Amino acid sequence: MNEEKKFFTRMGDGSIVYMTEAEIRADILAGSMDAADRGKIPPLTEEEMIHIYDIVTMPGGVVGVNPRDTIVTSNDSGSDKISTKCGIPTERSVNAMIHERVLGADSVDIGLEDYNYKTVKGVAKREAAVLKNALNKTTIPLFYGAMPNLGFYTKPDGPVDNWAVLLPEGKIKEALAAQEEAVEHAVRDIVYVAEQMYDIGADGFQLDTSGAAGDADFLAALKATEIIKERFPDLGVEIGMAGEFVLGMHGKLKYNDVRLAGLYPHQQVKLVEQAGASIFGAVVNTNCNMTFPWNIARVCTFVKACSEVATIPVHANAGMGVCAIPMCENSPADIVSRVDKCLIEICKIDGL
Amino acid sequence: MGGVRTAGDMVLRMQLAKKMRINEAKQYVADKLGLTKDEICDVVTMAEVREDRGFGLANFEPYAESTIGMEAKFRISEALDIKINSVERFKERAGLKK
Repeated sequence: MNEEKKFFTRMGDGSIVYMTEAEIRADILAGSMDAADRGKIPPLTEEEMIHIYDIVTMPGGVVGVNPRDTIVTSNDSGSDKISTKCGIPTERSVNAMIHERVLGADSVDIGLEDYNYKTVKGVAKREAAVLKNALNKTTIPLFYGAMPNLGFYTKPDGPVDNWAVLLPEGKIKEALAAQEEAVEHAVRDIVYVAEQMYDIGADGFQLDTSGAAGDADFLAALKATEIIKERFPDLGVEIGMAGEFVLGMHGKLKYNDVRLAGLYPHQQVKLVEQAGASIFGAVVNTNCNMTFPWNIARVCTFVKACSEVATIPVHANAGMGVCAIPMCENSPADIVSRVDKCLIEICKIDGL
Repeated sequence: MGGVRTAGDMVLRMQLAKKMRINEAKQYVADKLGLTKDEICDVVTMAEVREDRGFGLANFEPYAESTIGMEAKFRISEALDIKINSVERFKERAGLKK
């Protein structure tokens, strides 16, 4: 009895799995419908689902796109990865040149290994010196990047009470007030750092994992961007998200009369545009318990909806644990290249 | 796109400076350089263009004749008709601009 043909693919945690054609097609449909249901957006068309199936089952480890369809890349803590993650003791301006001349990056960001604006604010002028050194040597656009990371503003590391402690204690008013206060501190720090970087010639400014601590965290990114664009109109800002869904840790915060809690990428991008950012980094979380076909169909449904309504470039965040990239340190090229191909050909993204 | 191997750095500059979506940014760069969108994505074509016009490359020998870093960005700024922040700050600090 002939066994039905099975195709190599992976789970969301990166482990290898073999699936039949029927299983793959069923997971693609289920993933798309999950996104459509959650985001209240249209599912992928049948043609798009067939396209995803073709990409998932394409022979070869690495797949590609037509050279004319290639897109550009931005990143988070890009210049720091060689030294911090790989343990190769190179200075960050050298890392920037490696990205430019060896890796073929379209841009790279300079960032501190403790990648958050609260920490950076204390050493901002020295960080600016690193970026200036890199800018003199490189041709590609250089960003300065870090995370708003609102949680760092809570006690004992910061000045405000910890809302994650207050909420379970039933101290709701105090928890909301703490988040609102943290937003003000974060905005001030982010704008201060932006000023230092603009002064030495930064091409771009990156707010990474915006919304990581919920709606207040996203609000800090939006408010900071608004002020940065008013004071430094020539400085391009990229807001990259932390997740597909803005968690309502506060629940009542609004930006331009739009409640932030519960927003999905196609809604997040409109507020990012209003704040004045140049690039939006859309994120969809990878589900480790589901297959790659399920995850990528879900990602494409969300990102396509986002890309269709966006008036600024959308750079889908295709890193560990997001946009169907498996949650493992060493990203498998077979999945990464398929993710990129799907995002480019189906979602018409502007960058990664 | 490959950054300085093609025109990826320039396309990204248009996204940052003018918020252009990818196809619009590619068309803008292609028009400014007098090339097609296919040509600005081609490594071999762009290597020649970048070397001839001093836009910076990933490889440069002999060093004395190559254009890299800030020098290249001056030329890119002029070719694309955009302000590049590091170029503007350099001009101010070097006393070339008030």
